[in-house]
Amino acid sequence: MPYRLLRFALSKKYPEPRMFRAPTALKSEYDVVIIGGGGHGLAAAYYLAKEHGITNVAVLEKGYLGGGGTGRNTAIVRSNYLTEAGVRFYNASLELFQDLSRELDFNLFYSERGHFTLAHSSASLRTQRWRAETNKHLGIDSEVVSPEFIKKTIPEIDLTCGGHQAPIYGALFHPPGAIARHDAVAWAYARGADSRGVEIHQQTGVTGIDIRDGKVAGVETTRGTIKTRQVLSAVAGWTTHITKMTGLRTPLVVHPLQALVTEPLKPWLNHIVVSAVLHTYLSQSSRGELVAGASLDPYELMSHRSTLDFAESISGHMLDLFPCLGQIKVLRQWAGRSDMTPDFSPIMGRTPIEGFYLDAGWGTWGFKATPISGYTMAHTIAHGREHELIRSFTLDRFRQFRLVGEKGAASVGH
Amino acid sequence: MKILPCPINGPRPIQEFQFGGELRYMPDPQQASDEQWADYIFNRAGEPGVKREWWNHIPSGTWFIAERDNVTDTILCTYLYGERSDEDGSR
Repeated sequence: MPYRLLRFALSKKYPEPRMFRAPTALKSEYDVVIIGGGGHGLAAAYYLAKEHGITNVAVLEKGYLGGGGTGRNTAIVRSNYLTEAGVRFYNASLELFQDLSRELDFNLFYSERGHFTLAHSSASLRTQRWRAETNKHLGIDSEVVSPEFIKKTIPEIDLTCGGHQAPIYGALFHPPGAIARHDAVAWAYARGADSRGVEIHQQTGVTGIDIRDGKVAGVETTRGTIKTRQVLSAVAGWTTHITKMTGLRTPLVVHPLQALVTEPLKPWLNHIVVSAVLHTYLSQSSRGELVAGASLDPYELMSHRSTLDFAESISGHMLDLFPCLGQIKVLRQWAGRSDMTPDFSPIMGRTPIEGFYLDAGWGTWGFKATPISGYTMAHTIAHGREHELIRSFTLDRFRQFRLVGEKGAASVGH
Repeated sequence: MKILPCPINGPRPIQEFQFGGELRYMPDPQQASDEQWADYIFNRAGEPGVKREWWNHIPSGTWFIAERDNVTDTILCTYLYGERSDEDGSR
């Protein structure tokens, strides 16, 4: 048996299956160049090929696939936002997510958990009622629940928060709230795009964008120059690096957002628990680790450094909610980049430069939007105008004072 | 511990400070076009590099300017607003 296994392993007839090709050279010209090999860029490439038959596409990734925001978020999917534009957009994403493992033939460990946003004051309970009513009006499963309901559903929770913080008055409960394996989302979209002819070039940074007469003419990369008339920037926390090359001004500022995981535990926390007052969101991954995210770091920074401040404060807040975690060790912590907009909504669609499309401003809400942003950006590029779901999110809303105040976003005080 | 030198109180832990965003100059509201005004209200210099920023030392209520590299988080210098002649602010 071991010999047969060895022969099988060494046989050229059964090579190790690869997720996607590693093309060696860049072509001199592409129909569309996508900057950023994260979930959003790869999803856009996938839907360009699948829905619109545009396959002469290159995805350029400076590092490795899914190494930016895609691999650094806390993997929560939900649609209980506050604005109509936000609710419709994120719910379309959630619906794509529900069927995505099957569509991409890849187990994304999509797991519906139910999402609690805790209220520690009557003011935040009032905002939650507002959110619940907006959600219900748009057909989203969302309701305000009592402390008794929370305690019954999550017996380990301490409703008094150890007396260190304001007690829990209630919560916004969103049963479809889910978590997924975020790396797998990027890989699955990459495989789907690759099998339809899209080229994925890792270790390929963009150093300049060639703009002539207000139109995109090409892209300069660390591996040579490419001619193209359509460029999608899908780099979230790195967007200001790209817009600097084009001279576009945007409202984006980048703050780090930190997260950590604990050592793996037996499954005990079935739900996702979020508290804006305690700057904490908490869920248990399919590996058993508790995944905890915090609020934004208090000042602008384009770095992935972790701080002791964060580890200290979030550990304290986790204990306020779940005193039973006192003996649990933190396994690792990290930071991601949040490119924040003043209205907590993304920037999507066309820009004043013809052929230059933005998929940016993903702040703390990017992962859950992965499928729908890929889908709508592909539509936008193929048709030369925004998909109806993202019409409110264009860059020119800031010129027209047409903001989309999204107070349902994560890690945003309301 | 990250230390920020306050121009009045000397080096203090960064937890004592509040970030106030980049130093920006308001165009004359009577003269500015809608476009200039929208640019002032919303747009920011969010790209990597050395920025001039407002910071507040909370215990003493001192607002001042820090020149900081927003990639390496290095503070180059701090000073009170108006102490530098290269500021182009007219107010």
